Amino acid sequence: MEFARAHVLVCGGTGCTSSGSQKIIHEFENQLAANGLEKEVKVIKTGCFGLCALGPVVVVYPEGAFYSMVKVEDVEEIVTEHLLKGRIVKRLLYEETVEDNTIKSLNEVDFYKKQRRIALRNCGVINPENIEEYIAIDGYQALGKVLTSMTPEQVIDEIKESGLRGRGGAGFSTGMKWMFTARADGSNGKYVCCNADEGDPGAFMDRSILEGDPHAVIEAMAIAAYAVGADQGYIYIRAEYPIAVKRLQIAIDQAKEYGLLGEHIFGTDFSFNLEIRLGAGAFVCGEETALMTSIEGHRGEPRPRPPFPANKGLWQKPTLLNNVETYANITQIINNGAEWFQSIGTEKSKGTKVFALGGKIKNTGLVEIPMGTTLREIVEEIGGGIPNGKKFKAAQTGGPSGGCIPASLIDTKIDYDSLIEIGSMMGSGGLIVMDEDTCMVDIAKFFLEFTVDESCGKCTPCRVGTKRMLEILERITKGKGTVEDLDRLEVLAQSIKSAALCGLGQTAPNPVLSTLRYFRDEYMAHVVDKRCPAGVCKDLLSFRIDEGKCKGCGICAKNCPVGAISGQVKQPYHINPDVCVKCGVCMSKCPFKAIANK
Amino acid sequence: MSEKTGVAFQSTKEQEEQLKAVIEKYKKESGALIPVLHEAQDIYGYLPIEVQQKIAEGLGISMAEIYGVVTFYTQFSTNPKGQYKIGVCLGTACYVKGSGNILDKIKDKLGIDVDECTPDGKFSIDATRCIGACGLAPVMTVNEDVYGRLVPEDIDGILAKYM
Amino acid sequence: MKSLAELEEIRNRMRNQVNLRKEDESSATRIVVGMATCGIAAGARPVLNALVEEVGKRGLADVAVTQTGCIGMCRLEPIVEVMVPGQEKVTYVKMTAEKAQRVVAEHIVNGNVVTEYTIGAVEQ
Repeated sequence: MEFARAHVLVCGGTGCTSSGSQKIIHEFENQLAANGLEKEVKVIKTGCFGLCALGPVVVVYPEGAFYSMVKVEDVEEIVTEHLLKGRIVKRLLYEETVEDNTIKSLNEVDFYKKQRRIALRNCGVINPENIEEYIAIDGYQALGKVLTSMTPEQVIDEIKESGLRGRGGAGFSTGMKWMFTARADGSNGKYVCCNADEGDPGAFMDRSILEGDPHAVIEAMAIAAYAVGADQGYIYIRAEYPIAVKRLQIAIDQAKEYGLLGEHIFGTDFSFNLEIRLGAGAFVCGEETALMTSIEGHRGEPRPRPPFPANKGLWQKPTLLNNVETYANITQIINNGAEWFQSIGTEKSKGTKVFALGGKIKNTGLVEIPMGTTLREIVEEIGGGIPNGKKFKAAQTGGPSGGCIPASLIDTKIDYDSLIEIGSMMGSGGLIVMDEDTCMVDIAKFFLEFTVDESCGKCTPCRVGTKRMLEILERITKGKGTVEDLDRLEVLAQSIKSAALCGLGQTAPNPVLSTLRYFRDEYMAHVVDKRCPAGVCKDLLSFRIDEGKCKGCGICAKNCPVGAISGQVKQPYHINPDVCVKCGVCMSKCPFKAIANK
Repeated sequence: MSEKTGVAFQSTKEQEEQLKAVIEKYKKESGALIPVLHEAQDIYGYLPIEVQQKIAEGLGISMAEIYGVVTFYTQFSTNPKGQYKIGVCLGTACYVKGSGNILDKIKDKLGIDVDECTPDGKFSIDATRCIGACGLAPVMTVNEDVYGRLVPEDIDGILAKYM
Repeated sequence: MKSLAELEEIRNRMRNQVNLRKEDESSATRIVVGMATCGIAAGARPVLNALVEEVGKRGLADVAVTQTGCIGMCRLEPIVEVMVPGQEKVTYVKMTAEKAQRVVAEHIVNGNVVTEYTIGAVEQ
C-alpha cells in the first residue's frame, strides 16, 4: 500500500542516536512485520525534535502521541497496543502532553509553546534522507521563484530588507554581506561557502539542522550563489558530526539527481555545484579566514582582514560565507517575504534564534525562540527550571567567546545588542545554565583552557596572553592567588582583546571579564579567604563533619579510601585534614548530609 | 616508531593499494591534502611519518607542510589508537555535569593519560570536544557505543565489558 | 529539474504523505476505526485498510484515518466514526471494505452521509 495510515517518527538526531534510537527503529520494523502492519505503518527516521533530555523520542501520527525515553522493550507494547488496537500507551507518553487524560498537541506543551520554529521548522517532521518529503512541504519553491522571477539585485534587497543578521555569532547584516560579494569582481569565479564548523562546546543547533533538514541549507546556498554570481559552493563541516555529514552527502546527491544542483537548474542559465569539505578538529577554523585557509588544504590559521572574504576569499576569489542557521532562514524569507520576517523579533534583531539549552536545566535540548524573549522565559518556562531544587546562578552564552549572565539580569531580553551590552554575546547559540554548585572561577578557567588549547599560535597576544591568563586563574583556584592577580587579569584581557589577530583571540578574555564583572565576590573569596563558595576547587575545600547532624553511623569512615575518618559508633566522627585527599566520597555517602566541604 | 607507545609501523599490501587509490582520486583537486589525510587515517588508524611520506611523494607537497597540517588538527593522530577508543566529552554541558571526574576515573583505572594507548594496544583515551549529545551529559564513547548520564561509579562496569 | 511544473508535480504527489504529521488538526476530517479485540475479530482491519487506501487514492488532504480502542458496542463492530469539523459525529456500524469505500466517496468527498450504514438506521 502506498499510503500508510500511521507514521512512526523516530528521532535520528545525535542525542537520540546516542541513547539508542537506531535499535528502536529496527525493533519497530521487526514488531510491525510480526504483526503484519509493515505496509500500513511507516517508520521514518527524522531529525532532532529538540527535547534531547527525553530521548529517544518517538512520535506517532496521526494522533501525535509523543513517547519519550522509549526503550527497545517498549516497542512491542506501542505496536500491539497503539498501532494495532489504537490504544495509546499512556505510561510512555511525555507527561507534559497528558492533561485530564487527553493528549495535548505538542504546540501546547510548555517546552514548545513559546518557541517559534523557522530554522528548525522541518526538524522532526520530515525524513531528511528523502528529498521528496522536503519538496512536499514547499521545498525548492523559493529557489524556483528566485530563478524564474527575481533578479539577483531583488534577492539581495529582499534579504537586506528582512533585517536578517548572521547567526554564527557576530551578527553582521546578511544582506550587506551578499551585496558586497555580489559587487566584487568575479571574472575569475566566485564561491559560496557554508560554515558548519560548529565548534562551541555545548552548541549543536547547526548539526541538528543539517541532520534534520539538509535540503534547506542546500537550497539557500543555491539562492545565495544566484544572488552573488557564484557557481561553486563548499560546506565546511566538522568531522565530529558523522551523521550530519552522511545526510548532507545523501541530500547533495539527491539534489543533483533531481537537477536541483548542477547545470541549468529549472531550465535557466544558472548552474551551481556543491561539495563537502571535512574539518579536522580545530576550533579556530570556525573563524572565516581560517576556514578558507583550511579548505585550501593548509593549517587553519586566520589571515588579517581586510581584504575581506567578499573581495579576496577562497583561493583569493570573492567568497560569501554564512553559517548554517543563517542559511536555514533564507528560503522562509523568500517564500513569505521580508515583511513577514521583520514582524518577528525586536527592533534591531529580527527573526528567531536557536539555542542549545544545556547544563543544569531540566529540559536540555534545542529551542528556537523569537528574538526578544527573556532569559527567564527560556530558563523557567521552556527549560522547565533547575533540577533538584537548586537555585539559578548564571547562564553562559557565546561559549568561549561569550560571557555569563547572572541571576540578577535574568529578565534581559535576548537579542544581539542587549547581550553585548551586558558583556556577553549571542555567539552561535550555546546556552549553558549553571546553578549554585558551579564555581564561576572554575568555569572561566575551563573556557580559557579551551582557548589556550585551540589558539592556532599565529599571533602573540592570543598564543602567549591567554596562556598567562590561564596560569593566573590556575593560581587562584589553587588558593595561591592575590588581589593584585585580579587586576592583572583585567589588564591582560584588555590587551588581548585589542591586539589579537582574529575573532578567537579578541573574544577569548570575555568569559574571564564577565565573571569578574558579575562574580567578583567569588574571586575575592578564592584569593582572600582561600575558599571556594561553590565547593568545586579541590585545593580550597576542607571537609568537616557537622557534629550536630552526625549520628555516628560510621558509613563515612568505612568508605574513606585513605582512612582519614575516625570515631566511635553513635558518637560524632572526625576527619583528619592532614590525611584527607578531598575526594568527596564521604560526602556523597553520608545519609544525614552531615558533611560539608565549604 | 611512535614515541609514546613503541608500537612499530606496519603496512599491508592492501593498505598500500588503498592509499595509492586515495591519492590518485584527489591528486588533481585543489585543497586535496586534508581529504587525503582523513582517508589515509581511516586506512591505517593513524598517520605515522611513513604514511605522511607516501602522501608527500604522491601529492608533491613537502613533508614540512604535511607534518604542519597533521599536527595542527586534533583529528589527526600520529600515535596509534587502541582497539577500543575511549572518548570522554569535555564540552561545556558535560563539564558542568562532572565529566572531569569521569575522565580522572578512567585514567586511574587504565593507568594511561589522554592521547595514550595501553601497552597491550587495547585502550586509548581521548578527551573529545562536544559531540553534541548534551542531553545525556556527561557522556563517554567507546568506539561506536555511547554511554550517557554517567557517574564515576559506572566506569568499572563499562570498561569491564571490553576487558 | 527542468521546470517549476515538475517541482509542483512532486509536491502534489507527496503532500498527502506528509500532511498526516500536521500538528494542527482542527481543520482536518477524522475517520476513526474501532480496533479493539472485538473490532479486529469482526473484520476492522480490512475496513481500515480500505479507508486508508481510498483516502490516499483520491489524494484527500486534511483527512486523517486513525484508530481507537473499543467504542463500546461490540455487537455492531466494525464501527467507523467520521468527524467533520463543525458537524456532528456520524457513526457507521457493521462496516465492510466495500462500505468503507462508499463512505469515503459519498460522505467525505461529496458531503452526503450514507444514512443506511449509520447506527440509527441499523438499530431500527
